[in-house]
Amino acid sequence: MAVHTVKQIMESLRRRESKPSEWAEASLARIRALDERIGAFLHVDEAGALEAARRLDGETPNHPLFGIPYALKDNLCTEGIPTTAASRILEGYVPPYSATVADKLRQAGGVLVGKTNLDEFAMGSSTENSAYKKTRNPYNPACVPGGSSGGSAAAVAAGMVPYALGSDTGGSIRQPASFCGVVGLKPTYGRVSRYGLIAFASSLDQIGPFTRTAEDAAYVLQAISGHDPLDSTSAPEPVDDFVSGLDRGVKGLRIGVVRDLSQEGLDPEVGRLVEAAIATLEGAGAEVVEVSLPHMHYAVATYYLIAPAEASSNLARYDGVRYGKRVSGDSLIDMYERTRSEGFGIEVKRRIMIGTYALSSGYYDAYYLRAQKMRTLIREDYQKAFETCDVIATPTAPTPAFRLGEKVDDPLQMYLNDIYTIPANLAGLPGISVPCGLTEAGLPVGLQLVGRAFDEKTLLAAAHAYEQLRGFEMPLPGVEQ
Amino acid sequence: MTTQFETVIGLEVHVELKTKTKIFCGCSTQFGAPPNTNVCPVCLGHPGTLPVLNREAVELALKAALALNCRINQDCKFDRKNYFYPDLPKGYQISQYDQPIGEDGWVEIDVNGERKRIGIIRVHLEEDAGKSMHAPDGSHSLVDYNRTGVPLIEIVSKPDIRSPEEARLYLEAIRSIMQYCDVSDCRMEEGSLRCDANISLRPVGETKFGEKTELKNINSFRFVQKALEYEVQRQTEVLSSGGSVEQETRRFDEATQTTVSMRTKEEAHDYRYFPEPDLVRLQVDDAWLARVRDSLPELPLQKRDRYEREFNLPAYDAGVLTSDIGVATYFEAVVAAGADPKAASNWVMTDVLGYVNAQGLSIQEAPVSPAQLAGLIAEVNKGTISIKQARDVFKIMCETGKDAPTVIREHGFEQISDEGALAAIIDEVIANNPKSVQDYLNGKEKALGALVGQTMKATKGKANPAVVNKMILERIGK
Ligand SMILES: [Zn+2]
Repeated sequence: MAVHTVKQIMESLRRRESKPSEWAEASLARIRALDERIGAFLHVDEAGALEAARRLDGETPNHPLFGIPYALKDNLCTEGIPTTAASRILEGYVPPYSATVADKLRQAGGVLVGKTNLDEFAMGSSTENSAYKKTRNPYNPACVPGGSSGGSAAAVAAGMVPYALGSDTGGSIRQPASFCGVVGLKPTYGRVSRYGLIAFASSLDQIGPFTRTAEDAAYVLQAISGHDPLDSTSAPEPVDDFVSGLDRGVKGLRIGVVRDLSQEGLDPEVGRLVEAAIATLEGAGAEVVEVSLPHMHYAVATYYLIAPAEASSNLARYDGVRYGKRVSGDSLIDMYERTRSEGFGIEVKRRIMIGTYALSSGYYDAYYLRAQKMRTLIREDYQKAFETCDVIATPTAPTPAFRLGEKVDDPLQMYLNDIYTIPANLAGLPGISVPCGLTEAGLPVGLQLVGRAFDEKTLLAAAHAYEQLRGFEMPLPGVEQ
Repeated sequence: MTTQFETVIGLEVHVELKTKTKIFCGCSTQFGAPPNTNVCPVCLGHPGTLPVLNREAVELALKAALALNCRINQDCKFDRKNYFYPDLPKGYQISQYDQPIGEDGWVEIDVNGERKRIGIIRVHLEEDAGKSMHAPDGSHSLVDYNRTGVPLIEIVSKPDIRSPEEARLYLEAIRSIMQYCDVSDCRMEEGSLRCDANISLRPVGETKFGEKTELKNINSFRFVQKALEYEVQRQTEVLSSGGSVEQETRRFDEATQTTVSMRTKEEAHDYRYFPEPDLVRLQVDDAWLARVRDSLPELPLQKRDRYEREFNLPAYDAGVLTSDIGVATYFEAVVAAGADPKAASNWVMTDVLGYVNAQGLSIQEAPVSPAQLAGLIAEVNKGTISIKQARDVFKIMCETGKDAPTVIREHGFEQISDEGALAAIIDEVIANNPKSVQDYLNGKEKALGALVGQTMKATKGKANPAVVNKMILERIGK
């Protein structure tokens, strides 16, 4: 069974060589064949997808994404289709409305085939915190796909869909993209409307695409970007033409390399592959400059105060009163306690407690407020760095995919997996992970590029150039054997 | 000897803003709709939904804050106030914590003829919660989310209020200002104006504040004063008997007319305020602020001073006429239609307000228009009818909606001022009452009244008393 990119399907549909329903059927067939082993999907809307695709069969493609199947992370609300955020507390919840990104993709003629697995409420780095199922890395089923958007990453990696959307709060798109050998883009905060994204940490969350190529990512980003009157934090910034600038190459591109970034925990193999990738870009005319991000060491600590603080408040609405799970009790308080005790998993509870503590009277200044100050310093570090470079290159994650169960009992080790991705969320900057090779063990490694605010264009062009230069095709994962 | 205590009161007043839609979604704010019909995913707190600030709510809040003489924070923000309650769908209320839209203002009240200024600490914007209804047997509760997300401003006074009466006057002043600015209906019975009070006592001369209690959810102007009066008495008794007031929250119980404890300080909430990340900062540019400032109407006290100055009205009249914007508007229309201000004031305060209050109407619904009332006053001035007749004419006008001249004509109210028509009647009265004539001539002034009265009786009250008086004197004059 061949695996196709967005671009290939788009061209085939435009040439009338195929019909949307054929692509929907192919996608569903592949999900049927593989997902029992991968576990990428929480919900497959077979009937809905086929119906939507057949309706499009008679129409003329009027959008690059017309007739192309896709999947959404299950923290993106879809009217009439169950949306759980992989939490028991939203078991059976069917949203009465759709997320802005879902609406945009539907209007573009996209065909939604299903909702993908994630760490409960997007809290995690391995998708093991899902209340419903484990997702396996298509390159090695004993390994995690990364997280929290592990389902979307695995679905694209395994060729079940040509693209999928995820959300990235501290690396939840880029890290699973790195683990699963696909492209993952976290846009600038405010580039894509968050309306309909079940909030984890409102000031950090951002929706973005998983694709097989940087070019595909440009098409998807184009379709989902722009100001949304329903999201006050979505930016009024004009949306660039991401596709047309892809071929500008890397000549003269100044790539910042961070020498003082903590090397602790960096897998040597990952380090070598990333360095080789940077050298490849340099060989094609890019200029490598050293930059300093002096406050990076505090990024993880800062993140683990701000994100849980916001989460503790964002998750207060799951009280059993209006929707989702309710466990009856002897009194109102008892009902709250039982509902939330049974409804939330351990990692979610841990973060609610950390966040509640950080916001508590007497601790607010020492924790939340200080974290906000550090966030400002980190943002300023980037501003300074971007005076001398155009993108900053690092590994996406310090390690390749780890084994299922390996880190579940050690939250701190799990948190440190996001050490390279978190700073971009704190600064609101765009970041992309592009595959830069496989380890000896056959696990993918990602190169991360972080750019200036609203300069996704440069990131996509650099990633696209690298894909042409790297001299290898990412092999299809061995999941089919 | 007994210690004399001074009462210290601060009020927190919640005012619902009169916007068409809610503060963070497009739902209607209409009062009285069937439960849970003015709701949407946003105000029900569905996962993934986001608030979008309603500019009209900001505009009304600005208006209110300016009318309360506040400094406007042109760059401010919203915060989350976190607590669990079923009528709060998100588990937090979006409010303003440390950067309210307005700060440091004041209102003036007249206490026993003296003008007193009550400081305003802050005016901030926030969203209202829903309404819980509990089954009497405690088996279940129902929640109506129609009110969830209706915009509110909270107005926090300084502890400048020194008596329950001042508290009521302050609250009435707030209501009056809000109504003048068309910011809110301020209907306490519909919950569009709500009041909490902080009250403490301290020995006269003491500068430190005493331990305070908070009175919650007092839902009428009368109860504000009553609840506080009870609390003054209760705290006085506690302190006088050597006890100490406990810092707690109490509520007014209408049935017993007392206050009862709701919770003590130990049970107080930690609201874990933090900046609302789903909203951007609220920026009010100079042009917007100037536009709102220019749109402010003349406020109650300014109007009151002007009535005294311009119309020569007594302070009492000016106060009554300006306490309600509807009454002031009506009064000004009567004067604009040509009526003498003092006469207009008397008619509006006594007859018009008397009638509409008895009928349970607002003054806008008065059946006699300002122009019609001016017409009635004109008839009295012309001498067509006496003031006593005018009261009867007014009643008929209220019932029929007809103009004064029509009622006077149809009901034969014309006053007889024609001397020719009165001469024979007066001559007869003088002839028939020689004793009264003699009494008057002997110096009993009162006897003249008796003769006038007889003439009035003979004309069924239609004779012009002034003309009658003059004619009798001409005939029997010394
Ligand atoms: Zn609503």
